[in-house]
Amino acid sequence: MKRLVILGAGTAGTMMANHLNHHLHAPDWEIDIIDERKTHYYQPGYLFLPFDIYEPDDIIKPIQDFIPKHVNLIQEKINRVFPKDNYVELGNGLKIPYDVLIIATGAKIAPEEVPGMQGSGWQKDVFDFYTFEGALALRDKLRDWTGGKLVVHITEMPIKCPVAPLEFAFLADSYFKNKHIRDQVEITFVTPLSGAFTKPKATAALQHLLDEKNIHIESDFAIEQVDNDRKVIVDYGGREVPYDLLVTVPTNKGDEVMARSEMGDDLNFVPTNKATLQSLVYDNIFALGDATNIAASKAGSVAHFEAEILTNNILHFIHGEPLRAEFDGHANCFIETGGGKALLIDFNYSHEPVEGEFPFPGVGPLRLLKESRVNHMGKLAFRWIYWNMLLKGTHIPFVSAKMQEAGKHF
Amino acid sequence: MNKIIADSTIQVNEEGYLTDFSQWNQAIGTALSTEANIVMTPRHWEVIDYLQAEFKKDIPLSIRKIGKSNVVDIKEFYALFPVAPLKTASKIAGIPKPASCI
Ligand SMILES: Cc1cc2nc3c(=O)[nH]c(=O)nc-3n(C[C@H](O)[C@H](O)[C@H](O)COP(=O)(O)OP(=O)(O)OC[C@H]3O[C@@H](n4cnc5c(N)ncnc54)[C@H](O)[C@@H]3O)c2cc1C
Repeated sequence: MKRLVILGAGTAGTMMANHLNHHLHAPDWEIDIIDERKTHYYQPGYLFLPFDIYEPDDIIKPIQDFIPKHVNLIQEKINRVFPKDNYVELGNGLKIPYDVLIIATGAKIAPEEVPGMQGSGWQKDVFDFYTFEGALALRDKLRDWTGGKLVVHITEMPIKCPVAPLEFAFLADSYFKNKHIRDQVEITFVTPLSGAFTKPKATAALQHLLDEKNIHIESDFAIEQVDNDRKVIVDYGGREVPYDLLVTVPTNKGDEVMARSEMGDDLNFVPTNKATLQSLVYDNIFALGDATNIAASKAGSVAHFEAEILTNNILHFIHGEPLRAEFDGHANCFIETGGGKALLIDFNYSHEPVEGEFPFPGVGPLRLLKESRVNHMGKLAFRWIYWNMLLKGTHIPFVSAKMQEAGKHF
Repeated sequence: MNKIIADSTIQVNEEGYLTDFSQWNQAIGTALSTEANIVMTPRHWEVIDYLQAEFKKDIPLSIRKIGKSNVVDIKEFYALFPVAPLKTASKIAGIPKPASCI
């Protein structure tokens, strides 16, 4: 019997287990999936937790519930991959040989990359919201905070869900308005990019919202250190931004297992073919989701599109057929803008987000790059879709893995 | 679009980055540095050489990579090109604006 091993049972790994379960069966194939955690976290919910919009229970479920019964779930730390010898070594020393390996170990924050970030102020006046613990600690802080200088900060790109920090700033604006203390709070958005976003049309739309909500932006800021005593962040050029409450998105890195296995780049991301999702080094290794180094957004929606394409490519690989270079970098993200509204953006490697209607050209009902209440309903519905469709690998009706060009105003 | 600089015509995009690296020469680099209010020294040119070499190898650039390059540390990189150093240096070097992936 041959064995396919999936590393990581998060968003991407779970989707692959569900897809491949339909195609690879005993007695020819066994599928193993390995994760050290017992709990699946709905990470998009980390954005809502600090503002008391979601409860912890809304965003955690057992990993086991989403793994099909013929797939073998191994709950153990992955210690190292030996790609030349085709086996994985677990934390308990067990060796698992594979014929095909899928890497879906995701990305995590690395606050230790910036001096002072995890200093005396960590989780007192310096917080992250990219972890469950961080988002909860921040919720408790915000419940009692009476105002001052709130700084929302991105350390360096790439990060997961690159619009989440902006959404955080927008939601903070609404949150303080609802508490009637918005006039006590100064909100500054600090980014290493030269504007609110990397793509020009979306940047213009988002800049407009920042102005409207009186959120100040400091761009081209490459942080050198957090000075906990003076409560300022300092950039390499000597520029300083003072804070009373710093909400930072630290450097995002792939898991250390990729460094131990000598399979990652300088941020532990796995060099991957951006169209086939095959490793650039080893033919029988594939990667998807946040773990890869491809220039697509690190988002659940991207992992969903990748999973459909990668499933076909794994079957092609197994049958000795040529791989299809199909992944176009398609991403589709709701951007919460506060006050019960949201924007929707749809883009890929070659097309930046533009205005238009989605998913039906000329009809919608969702509006691209325009604030609306329907889009906000879409964002909230995403949680249901995530638990009930995305993880199970169910195809979302009318939304294709490759980006559709009709209905978009390029 | 066309731009006339240092007695030559070059192709640039709307943000002023060269679109064809083969049109670059040191005189053009010097003229572009003047536009960015930078007076070039041998240290500046060492950094520009490094950026161009990485570009020719198809290696995407980031502030982090430069810091680990052993050519210049981030502090000095900022001292040489004080405002948005990677973008400014890329423009002077005639290579595309660094793509920060999203
Ligand atoms: C604040 C925030 C908001 C977001 N909002 C959105 C949104 O609105 N829309 C959207 O589409 N996406 C959003 N995302 C992004 C989305 O959550 C991720 O892109 C997605 O979860 C990536 O899936 P993955 O499988 O690659 O990684 P993960 O889901 O993180 O899974 C990786 C798994 O690998 C396991 N693992 C890693 N290393 C090891 C090891 N050595 N041993 C054992 N197990 C290991 C981990 O335990 C984990 O379970 C958001 C993310 C954040 C942080």
